[in-house]
Amino acid sequence: MFDFGVVTNWIHTQFTSVMPEGLAVFLECVIIGVCLLLMYVVIAIIMIYMERKVCAAFQCRLGPQRVGPWGSVQVFCDVFKMLTKEIIIIRHSDKFLYNLAPYIVILASVMAFACIPVNKGMEILDFNVGVIFFMAASSIGVVGILLAGWSSNNKFSLIGAMRSGAQMISYELSIGISILTIVVLTDTMQFSEIVMRQADGWFIFKGHIPAVIAFIIYLIAGNAEVNRGPFDLPEAESELTAGYHTEYSGMHFGLFYVAEFVNLFIVSSIAATIFLGGWMPLHIPGLDGFNAVMDAIPGFIWFFAKALFVVWLLMWIKWTFPRLRIDQILTLEWKYLVPIGLLNLLLMVVVVVFGLHF
Amino acid sequence: MGYIKGFFRGLGSLLTGLKVTFREFFTKKITEQYPENRATLRMNERFCGELVMPHDENGNNRCIACGLCQMACPNGTIRITSETVTDPETGKPRKRLVKYEYDLGSCMFCHLCVNACPHDAIRFSTDFEHAVFTREKLVKTLNKQ
Repeated sequence: MFDFGVVTNWIHTQFTSVMPEGLAVFLECVIIGVCLLLMYVVIAIIMIYMERKVCAAFQCRLGPQRVGPWGSVQVFCDVFKMLTKEIIIIRHSDKFLYNLAPYIVILASVMAFACIPVNKGMEILDFNVGVIFFMAASSIGVVGILLAGWSSNNKFSLIGAMRSGAQMISYELSIGISILTIVVLTDTMQFSEIVMRQADGWFIFKGHIPAVIAFIIYLIAGNAEVNRGPFDLPEAESELTAGYHTEYSGMHFGLFYVAEFVNLFIVSSIAATIFLGGWMPLHIPGLDGFNAVMDAIPGFIWFFAKALFVVWLLMWIKWTFPRLRIDQILTLEWKYLVPIGLLNLLLMVVVVVFGLHF
Repeated sequence: MGYIKGFFRGLGSLLTGLKVTFREFFTKKITEQYPENRATLRMNERFCGELVMPHDENGNNRCIACGLCQMACPNGTIRITSETVTDPETGKPRKRLVKYEYDLGSCMFCHLCVNACPHDAIRFSTDFEHAVFTREKLVKTLNKQ
């Protein structure tokens, strides 16, 4: 198993050999920040391309084909188009909040993004309450969306933002409960440690029935959390034009758009990390030859394969089901997901107490 | 009780929907990449491209110049010129088609003329590449003279 910590330690020793430790740490933070943002953009581009292709396949179409081989340059062209467009400031909007809102959304998204363990030794934010930090950081996005709706001075934006607020705060609960189910199984909240505990089998296999139920609840709640269909009524095109980002243009709209797609990836990669083992290869206890072959595949490939698989699952759900009404969404959450999640948590506690897991 | 039953029925219907789209994901895509696949392009046979009048190997068409298509056309696209001739076998007068003019430029491809024709003398072909440089070239004479 390749440990990326070797690389980071080598960089650290190279830096400290020519400069004081404080400056070295500062420089490393800057480099990591730049790398993080670069990866953020690259993932956003991959997500948008994948969304277009997968959506097309579910609708029996081919998707983008003209710009570059299989339309691969299309997304880059769209990004440059977005960058060159004018940012229109609405006359009666609350200027400060209006300009601030997209950055709050993107900030929350980047902070949550930094929690993801991509490879062994390749975690940016990794500490003993990482799960709680992740949930706290990703919740800040609600504030940005509410501000965007409020400051636009547009009733449809405000309706979209209020719906989004109600929905995201409700579904936060289900995400929390389903992650907590796995925390009960692992007794740790540190993402790297959660991945290490899955060396002898992923949690979805080790935790069997309660873990599978938690996984499904997590997928539903995660889909709602990132405001994607069938829970995309904050931006319901046919009713609210575009919801909270109706009045945004140019790169401010682009930030909302990018944040939405990267949030999709973040939700998927957290699902891949806590249920499907993150970068941990598929290990079957007892089959040493098989495990050795699986170890030969680098961790980040495992991670991206699993995360993209979960993204595909979420896209499958999105392009299958029609949009729910706001009361149906809240009914689904409060009358179905939360009670099932709590019972499932109890079931997991019973399984752990009596040692029924593998 | 109704709650639990409703939950499982809902789950079942959701899974049915997922099954349908999953099958769709792997079916062959119907998108045609038109200019590139011009040689192998396969049109759907019910596509209404352009009105044609099929002729058999002797150059005869089946039009009896009854004018039903002309009357059925909402746009006045079809203009039929006919003459009355005496049938050599029966000795009775009958109508004969002289000129069947079809203005592609004002046709809205509604298919009403083909539905009106009692002898299936006209039909729509799937040919859709109609671009020409002048308006006059769109007026076509369908029968061979």
